[in-house]
Amino acid sequence: MAEREQSLSLNVGKPGLIKGRSWPIHLALCLAMIIILFPLAYAALISTQTNAEVFRFQLTPGTGLSDHFDQVWNERNIGRFMWNSVVQAVLITVAKTVLSLLAGLAFVYFTFRGKWIVFFFVLITLMMPTEVMILALFRFVSDLGWKDSMAGLVVPFAASATGAFLFRQHFANLPRDLAEASQIDGATPLQFLFRILIPLSWNTIGALAVIQFVFVWNMYLWPVLIVSDQDKQVVQVGLQGLQGIETGLTFGPLMLAALLVSIPPILVFIALQKPFMSGFALGADK
Amino acid sequence: MGIILSLLIAAVVGGVSFGYRTRRHAAFGAGLGLLGGSVILAAMGFCMFDAEAESTEAVLGVTLAAAFAWMFGAGSRAVLDQSGDGKAGGGFGDSEIRTGAYRLGWWWPWLLLSPTLIILVFFLYWPAIQTFRLSTKLTRLGAPRQAERCLGNFSELLVPNPFLVAALPLAAIGVMWGIGLWHRRANPDTWSFGVARTLRPFGIVFLLLALYFIFENENGGYRQIYLNTLIISVGTVALSMIFGLGLAYLSYQHIRGITVYRTLLIWPYAISPPIAGILFFMMFNATGGVVAAVASRWGIDLPDYTQNASLARFTIILASVWKLLGYNLLFFLAGLQTVPRDQIEAAALDGANAWQRFRRIVLPALGPIGFFLLITNLTYSFFDVYGTIDFLTKGAPAGATSVAIYELIRVGVDNGDLGRGAAQSVVLFLAVIGLTAWQFKQSEGRINYGGA
Repeated sequence: MAEREQSLSLNVGKPGLIKGRSWPIHLALCLAMIIILFPLAYAALISTQTNAEVFRFQLTPGTGLSDHFDQVWNERNIGRFMWNSVVQAVLITVAKTVLSLLAGLAFVYFTFRGKWIVFFFVLITLMMPTEVMILALFRFVSDLGWKDSMAGLVVPFAASATGAFLFRQHFANLPRDLAEASQIDGATPLQFLFRILIPLSWNTIGALAVIQFVFVWNMYLWPVLIVSDQDKQVVQVGLQGLQGIETGLTFGPLMLAALLVSIPPILVFIALQKPFMSGFALGADK
Repeated sequence: MGIILSLLIAAVVGGVSFGYRTRRHAAFGAGLGLLGGSVILAAMGFCMFDAEAESTEAVLGVTLAAAFAWMFGAGSRAVLDQSGDGKAGGGFGDSEIRTGAYRLGWWWPWLLLSPTLIILVFFLYWPAIQTFRLSTKLTRLGAPRQAERCLGNFSELLVPNPFLVAALPLAAIGVMWGIGLWHRRANPDTWSFGVARTLRPFGIVFLLLALYFIFENENGGYRQIYLNTLIISVGTVALSMIFGLGLAYLSYQHIRGITVYRTLLIWPYAISPPIAGILFFMMFNATGGVVAAVASRWGIDLPDYTQNASLARFTIILASVWKLLGYNLLFFLAGLQTVPRDQIEAAALDGANAWQRFRRIVLPALGPIGFFLLITNLTYSFFDVYGTIDFLTKGAPAGATSVAIYELIRVGVDNGDLGRGAAQSVVLFLAVIGLTAWQFKQSEGRINYGGA
């Protein structure tokens, strides 16, 4: 009994499902961790080695790191790609969060004619992945003259059914008295949204922000199609230039770039892990 | 003749999919089916039944009419069911609002919704319609001229035998339906029930096999692409879900440092598919990679994965599983919170061993989250795998790793053949719709639209 209370206060959930000694579990988890970490650790090793050292299968750090960094950062200008991706990610995340908040507000706090049609109209888009219509979308956005522009990278992804439903669900679980009280105070819906709902929704907003940031940062197919100007390119596509076999592939710079590009989403994920877990994944136990 | 037949079939399909409990239901459903079928056929100008059209095109026309009839029937049924009782879809009937609704001008909610709706209309609905329109044309990227091809882009993907194209999928659906009926009708105490229950999950195999045989095999036909997609997606989904569940089960234990383990196991979620491709490109590289080096030290002469079809597919599966593992772990962990703990303790007292407790209590409780993961992992292995393939194999060797999305970009963008690419998009679209329909059928009202 005492153990159970202690475990609850530690906030790691209730005692495990397997009874018995814990070292086999430690062993298994360590093994899994080594396997899962290996590709990244190996890439880190290679990123320091020149091609000659790679082909010798040297197991210690090599001598090429500063050269590689110079090549990746100055010649390939990967910082430029990262900046473009940051701008794209911030714009999409902010736009999607705001539009989803507004849609959630309309769905939960208003009654209006044709609501279920709108709901159905939004719901259906969940089974319409962009990839399926990517050729037509590509042609449409090209016709708008948005090739090689931030608008082409951002606007098609500025709204989503997922976000709208996420906030709709969250608002529907909030106490009803909040809306009543704020109406008695004479607040407009937007005041209600900004003063009451948003402060109560940071976990959900955080969860959506993590998902959106990682989604945009990792976006590949769409920028491949829509951006051809190297100055406007985003990170994942920017990596292509380093794999160019024709110019003689060096492994080190490619690995270094892959690692650099992976750092921001992992940092965002770790920094916002708490709201992510509580606002999204573990929403099952409200 | 063809038109009448397809409209007749559309009416029957509409009635069946809408529900035929009363005569009025059946008539209404048939009307919906007729409407759905004639909408799509009229949109294409009934071209598939022209004298000069191939017979495969006529078969496709009938199928198309039936599919749209089904969409109209089943869609209306879903809408009616949902608006009938509010709780099924989280409720979008007005019954959900008891108190606290704003009573302002009618335009307020529309104003709030308009940005979302405008973007969905222009960047999802419009391209979707355009995809269907492009798929019937012969048109090149950037060229203004186009020619009508009716369903020619589609019949190119299929074997040139209209009988097979019609009969195989129908037979597979018939077998699936028959097994389902057998399962429902059989007496639960007899062996026949056991056989039916065992056979039931295999129904889908018949459908997948039938599709394999209707895709064109000659000179670079679509059958190869279908097979690649099937192997890579089934391999990825199966492995990533099994390992994800195992890891989640391990990291749900109450031991010291578990949060550190969890964080270190989940992070590959944040890695992109292209970078997963780059990391595995390095490890499996024939000249500089660690895998080949270790294998040769052990006396195994591993072929270059870019030259060997099975190894190339396996490498892609491995990279995708590695990338998906953290995601699955995260959601299975969430799912494990819902496992009824008192039942496990009671079962343990009754002498059930760890495997029995896992099989009988934990697995059933994980059903809904497992189903959600099945769908998201399938989506990943259909679409997001593009980046991994582009960095690992680029479809090599000889197209053995070119999955549907990769092929559709190769045809539509690299070759600039927009019409043929759009036809492949429609095929992929149908696969997604089929999957979603299956998802709706499986979850039957207990889906949570907020969770995805």
